[in-house]
Amino acid sequence: MTVSTQDRSALIPLLQQVQVEMGYVPREAIDEIGAVLRVSTSDIFGVLTFYAQFRLTPVGRHQVKICQGTACHVQGAPLITDAVEEELGLDDDHDTTEDGEFTLEKVACFGACSLAPVMIIDEDTKGNITPDKARRMVRKLIKAQAKKNAAAKTNAEAKNE
Amino acid sequence: MINLKIDNKKIEVPDGSTVLDAARAANVYIPTLCDDPLLEPFGACRMCIVEIEGHRGLPTSCSTPATEGMEVKTYSSTIEVNRRTTMNLMLSDHPLDCQHCVANMKCDLQYVAGYVGVREQPYEGETRSYEKDRSNPFYVRDLDKCILCGKCVRACDELQGRQAISFGYRGFETKITTPFDLPMWDSTCESCGRCVDVCPTAALYDKSAEKNGLAMEETRTTCPYCGVGCGLIIETRNDKIVGVRGDRENSVNEGHTCVKGRYGWEYVQHEDRVKKPRVRRYLLEGGSKPKSARESEDNPLWDWVETSWEEALNITAESLHQIKKEHGSDSIGFMTSAKCLNEENYLMNKLARQVVGTNSIDHCARL
Amino acid sequence: MSNYTAIREWADEKTADKTRIIVGLGTCGIAAGGNKILEAVEKTLANNDDIKAEVVSVGCIGICYKEPLLDIEIPGQPRLSYGSVTAKDTREIIQNIFLDSKYEHKKTLATINDEAFAEIPSWKEIPFFAPQERRVLRNCGFIDPEKIEDYIANDGYLGLSRALLDMTPAAVVEETLKAGLRGRGGAGFPAGRKWSIAADNINAYKEENPDSDSFGYIICNADEGDPGAFMNRSVLEGDPHSVIEGMTIAGYAIGASYGYIYCRAEYPLAIERLKLALDQAREKNLLGKNILGTEFSFDLKLKEGAGAFVCGEETALIASVEGLRGMPMPRPPYPAQAGLWEVPTIINNVETLNNIPVILAKGADSWAEKGTEKSKGTKTFALTGKVENTGLIEVELGMSLREVIYDIGGGIPDGKEFKAAQTGGPSGGCLPASMLDLTIDYEALAKAGSIMGSGGLVIMDESTCMVDVARYFLTFTQAESCGKCVPCRLGTKRMLEILTRITEGKGKIEDIALLEELAPSIRDSSLCGLGQSAPNPVLTTLRYFRDEYEAHILEGRCPAGQCKALITYTIDEVDCTGCTVCARACPVDAISGAKKELHIIDTDICTRCDTCRQVCNFDAVLVA
Repeated sequence: MTVSTQDRSALIPLLQQVQVEMGYVPREAIDEIGAVLRVSTSDIFGVLTFYAQFRLTPVGRHQVKICQGTACHVQGAPLITDAVEEELGLDDDHDTTEDGEFTLEKVACFGACSLAPVMIIDEDTKGNITPDKARRMVRKLIKAQAKKNAAAKTNAEAKNE
Repeated sequence: MINLKIDNKKIEVPDGSTVLDAARAANVYIPTLCDDPLLEPFGACRMCIVEIEGHRGLPTSCSTPATEGMEVKTYSSTIEVNRRTTMNLMLSDHPLDCQHCVANMKCDLQYVAGYVGVREQPYEGETRSYEKDRSNPFYVRDLDKCILCGKCVRACDELQGRQAISFGYRGFETKITTPFDLPMWDSTCESCGRCVDVCPTAALYDKSAEKNGLAMEETRTTCPYCGVGCGLIIETRNDKIVGVRGDRENSVNEGHTCVKGRYGWEYVQHEDRVKKPRVRRYLLEGGSKPKSARESEDNPLWDWVETSWEEALNITAESLHQIKKEHGSDSIGFMTSAKCLNEENYLMNKLARQVVGTNSIDHCARL
Repeated sequence: MSNYTAIREWADEKTADKTRIIVGLGTCGIAAGGNKILEAVEKTLANNDDIKAEVVSVGCIGICYKEPLLDIEIPGQPRLSYGSVTAKDTREIIQNIFLDSKYEHKKTLATINDEAFAEIPSWKEIPFFAPQERRVLRNCGFIDPEKIEDYIANDGYLGLSRALLDMTPAAVVEETLKAGLRGRGGAGFPAGRKWSIAADNINAYKEENPDSDSFGYIICNADEGDPGAFMNRSVLEGDPHSVIEGMTIAGYAIGASYGYIYCRAEYPLAIERLKLALDQAREKNLLGKNILGTEFSFDLKLKEGAGAFVCGEETALIASVEGLRGMPMPRPPYPAQAGLWEVPTIINNVETLNNIPVILAKGADSWAEKGTEKSKGTKTFALTGKVENTGLIEVELGMSLREVIYDIGGGIPDGKEFKAAQTGGPSGGCLPASMLDLTIDYEALAKAGSIMGSGGLVIMDESTCMVDVARYFLTFTQAESCGKCVPCRLGTKRMLEILTRITEGKGKIEDIALLEELAPSIRDSSLCGLGQSAPNPVLTTLRYFRDEYEAHILEGRCPAGQCKALITYTIDEVDCTGCTVCARACPVDAISGAKKELHIIDTDICTRCDTCRQVCNFDAVLVA
């Protein structure tokens, strides 16, 4: 990573760059950025925990995002959130499944209000969702990944033999 | 200079003063929990709100610059109602165990709550709950009592330049954190105690305070540790030291101390402390010096014996004289101390170079 | 020939007489499947060598409920628009038009023109468009946002050239003052006044700090964080140069030579298009050193937000640009006195800046013809929620809520009753049916207890619970509170707890009094605008929908049938056909019943997830 300036204002862009590349901001990156910019670690930690965008733990392989905007709320987003949380076995304190496969993010309004309620699976935006549709999509995703994992396992075993 | 009126009292204050500064100069009390004259205005506790002629709403006096001709009201029913609601909110997330609290009767929160006159707790709800952080040997962090005034963070940053702690997270989850929320001892804290000094509650307190009640006397003195000469206030009770803090009115340190001055005082009343000069018994009573460590073991001649200053200095002088005669001047070296005055160090220098005749003299501050 | 004329000629030439096939690819267009339509267009063209047309992707034209949109523009004919198109429709429409000159299609929407064409109605005959006044959205959906020539050919950078070549900075400030443009970010402070204060401060700063690197900054607040609002996003995605031009004019007017656009990271497409637009503007010398050959130099940098609503507050935004936590600072000093790095700074909203080039190009008097006496011009709104036609709209200030909701919005779907209109997002309020004739202007909305805000307009019907709406907004503000000052940090928390209690059926009648005591205190004592306005949703719902609060508390009933703890699901004996769809869909197996027999919901197991009601084909699931 190259830094053209020791300017403090480069802190957030650098952290964003790390997050784009790694999916989260690991501790080593914080130490390194702190050393380059001469900003204390506690200061960076304060900035990281302030902004909703930053994660300090790795993100799941698949990301399910549910919009929490007003239009989505009045069109039933809370019921969809409940349904997806139940399917993935997550709750308010856990946003990523134990196997690290799925992360559920409740995101701020991303402005596709006319399609409310909206859910994004990986890069795919789905509008006019119902809890039932959401459950089906999540189950499909889980199944597809399980199949992939099984195939990978057989492949690996075949290679070992 | 700026002329203004605080509650109809005329007052003249220097340029750059805030309304709160002006009120203090006019001897008008405005409650505040996050202001400290040594720190930049922060505006978080919302206790110091006032009404100013021609200004909208309820500006905070700590952050509003005083201007010529300003007319300030520090109390009104609107101000009082708002202060009371804010205080009620603050107390709705603060343990109400004042009698058992180490800050009892020296707590700013308690005082301001008393001033505002809270009489009930209308807002029930979730309270924060953290484990006490006792990892630092000198002080305790009890974040349940923290009101997030930010004075500790600002003192660590603006006064000490250490930035060991910062605000972390946000909203109701906001807390003062170390990097990665680790125990205090794993942070870059140097234990200068400034955060403890500025804390308005018992969110930060000296471990020594757990054992003692309120200090009853205070004595201004100079720190004996090094040559900087920091002003200290020694807090005592029944002729025993129960605490030490930096003297904010001392121009040398403006309340600042290092870990030694702030926390290194238990030796003063330690039972093992040496209070009179001592010499080895053989030097006082005659006999020969043990030749080896084994010989000195259980050897009564090797014991320390208390004696007078005159005797002790005589023995030292004679011994130095003897060594110089037998082994020459350069067999002797002198070590002086940062704790000594300049005059004392000067005399030590004379003693080494002119009396003993050696250039081997150094100072602990170089080590 | 001035430098502008040369650029204009270049742009006119580049854009003249083109046959264009236009696909709406704003965020909403993409979400609705716009990319598939683009693919279909390209495939159709590849399969039909005879059809010669340029494929263009544009930003949002506003009629979101008809996305994905496909438009055809042939020189000499009005532009034709088709809505809710599929890949198959796309192929048909293109082939019909280009091979058979057949314009009518079942997905025909309108001509994007004041005149009808080949039996296709003009958009002025479509209720959604008819009452609208497109000024801010002048280019959205019309120009290719990735081509600077499209912008310039539509009078882009004309305002800048007028300002730089014909006017002094003071005259530009004067023109903005004369127009009466008020800040479109929420509070409605006159933009010209803000500029004139900043210009004075910058002059003073220059005298005191002659060696400083910079004497003033202009920041564009594109941190559109209100949930349910996407006006700024659409402008940035559809017309990025308008904001750049507005900022450059502002920089000239106040004497700033550098600016920042602070844009939400949640708007990746807007960021991408802004970056491109900045490069193009620099290349054409519309940014950078000696703009248009004048003495004036100005440049811009893009800063991405990192997910904090409070950074819409000016001092928090500045802290964030500086790389700090976005915690607001007490004012004074105001940013116009000591802002970014202690240098005088002005912060204007996207829509405010977007209006500036028009004021300069057409003159303040012409601009100020629209609007009311105190609220001049037009305003965009993101019209969403329980309304038939959702989308991005722009109306003349002074129009009534009723016209917006019933004429443009087409009323409430499914024959339901209108209940409330929410303006201003979490800082605004909910207005009841009795206020439908309220005119949309700064003063009227404030008097009703709401605010203009940046333009979120969420419509609610009888099935929306107003206590739940208040709770929703408090959940938002509480989570977004920076945590610095006590009234906001703890006040919003306690209000949220009280509201949650009420929606769970555990409220006490004293809770209403507590809310009424807390709300004004939080409003009056909080440090920044977020806390000061956070109680508005509670205050307005208490003012206009108090009966709903009382029904929850006194009768244990949620009149809208939304609050899970207060409702039960049952199956109607008469309507149930025993089709088993609900029993199969129920995620917790709470529904029993044999085929062709009445089904029954076990209310102890039921989690009130609403799935059965949604899947029932016979409206047999009842909520009470």
